[in-house]
Amino acid sequence: MEKRVTFRGWWLPALLIAPQVLVSAVFFFYPAGQAIWQSLFIPDPFGLSSRFVGIGNFEFLLSDKFYRASFGTTAVFSILVTLCSMIPALFLAVMADRLIKGSGVYRTMLIWPYAVAPAIAGVLWLFMFNTRVGVVSWYLGNLGYDWNHVLNGGEAMGLVVVASAWGRISYNFLFFFAALQAVPRSVIEAAAIDGARFWKRFWTIVLPLLSPTTFFLLVVNVVYSFFETFGVIHTITSGGPQQSTTVLVYKVFSDGFVGQDLGSSSAQSVILLIVVGLLTIIQFKFVEKRVHY
Amino acid sequence: MAQEIHGMVEKRGAGLWLTHVFMILGVLVIFFPIWLAFVASTVTQPEIVRPPMPLWPGDQLWDNYTKALLSGVNVPVATMLLNSLVMAIGIAVGKIVISLLSAFAIVYFRFPGRNIFFWMIFLTLMLPVEVRIVPTYEVVAGFGMLNSYGGLIFPLIASATATFLFRQFFLTIPDELAEAARVDGASPMRFFWDIVVPMSRTNIAALFVILFIYGWNQYLWPLLITTDPEMNTIVMGIKQMFPSGDDVADWPVIMATSILAMIPPVIVVVSMQRLFIRGLVDSEK
Repeated sequence: MEKRVTFRGWWLPALLIAPQVLVSAVFFFYPAGQAIWQSLFIPDPFGLSSRFVGIGNFEFLLSDKFYRASFGTTAVFSILVTLCSMIPALFLAVMADRLIKGSGVYRTMLIWPYAVAPAIAGVLWLFMFNTRVGVVSWYLGNLGYDWNHVLNGGEAMGLVVVASAWGRISYNFLFFFAALQAVPRSVIEAAAIDGARFWKRFWTIVLPLLSPTTFFLLVVNVVYSFFETFGVIHTITSGGPQQSTTVLVYKVFSDGFVGQDLGSSSAQSVILLIVVGLLTIIQFKFVEKRVHY
Repeated sequence: MAQEIHGMVEKRGAGLWLTHVFMILGVLVIFFPIWLAFVASTVTQPEIVRPPMPLWPGDQLWDNYTKALLSGVNVPVATMLLNSLVMAIGIAVGKIVISLLSAFAIVYFRFPGRNIFFWMIFLTLMLPVEVRIVPTYEVVAGFGMLNSYGGLIFPLIASATATFLFRQFFLTIPDELAEAARVDGASPMRFFWDIVVPMSRTNIAALFVILFIYGWNQYLWPLLITTDPEMNTIVMGIKQMFPSGDDVADWPVIMATSILAMIPPVIVVVSMQRLFIRGLVDSEK
């Protein structure tokens, strides 16, 4: 789409666009280029020189069992976060949509957690499940269940999943609720006159009509659980125990900053870049479709 | 008639009550972690370390919050709050300003290389800061911007979501307005200030809400580049308040800090709910 009416001149637009170009070049393109470039080298232990290894870092990574495990961990983590945040949100949105009065009050209450930073969410959930002082772990202990996410990898995963999904419920709720409000009343009424009960209507009419929103949220939530959950994992488990919660982004951080292995960390960044690229393409393909829907 | 059909669809009586019960349960479950943090911020340390802790607020609210704000653990929480505020506002304002300008240039001018710039900006949509942390860190360190507000802000405004949003909006501004401005002999910048910016008010406000929360809630980036506790932001500073090793954490102060860390974004979201939802829907489109 183009404007029919435009202004003349080239130095003014160049001046206007300069700040953005400058910031993007210095803090985006240069570092991104560096990440790709460094991924082809192995620096010596003193950081004085580096040796060109081509795709050696990638070959090493893909054969590294810890890295492959991290891929698996990320997959499990993001699927669980997506499900745990979307299903409760859909349920709450369907309930709120049934109400004629009062849904605004519930909505105001439910959007709170969205404002809570992932790292703060991590602290809140850590506090509840803390092995020494946590209320929930204490009651679980009374019921005969010995909660210890510091030692038990499965429990650690469960905790970071719930803490990450918690704030996302608000986000998904808002989108589902808006989509539900947009479902034409006449369609629902027609089905009701034909005798379709609430759940029957939900499965056969409402849910299919929600599918664009659902698909959009699927992609957005996967992206969220890939990239924005670092704070949750860092505050609760620091990737442990035994790397059981080390997702890909966490590994870029721990190999690059804690382990100082720049070549490997850059190669990991490049692999992540490809993953983001694929997810973005999926998202755009879908957005295009939605326009024609 | 319409009323009758409405009544038929919206089940009344037991169904309605059940719906309210489900909603209230949902709100309670979702609120529980925040409630517990609030309670923990109003009781004494011994009450917490001997589980189970109380589920109703105590009388230490004033003491815990003043202790957190004025002395904290490594650095007073008031300092961290100020840093977060500067960072969040810096990111929101900075991104809005550079995006308004470049979107205006892209939409209202035809200059050589315009499409290249457009695609360059488009590319930055794809890479979150988490992916390029190591080289970005090196750039910021090279500029001597570690432990500075500039280092906290600039790398996070290098993305184009806002530019896209404004571009989409500018394209909907009727051509007649630009035509009239041109006939009247108004300069492009005058058109920008008198017509485009005022028309974008709602979009700017909605974007501000989203970007403020985005900036406030940053964790990884401040963690990397603020080694000086004086520059810590509140969201990343909380983790630093936990002792290393086996010492017991000062839970009431940590929980008071958590509550303080969520108050500003919660106020922004709840008080500007309509703008927030609009911003959310716009920026994800």
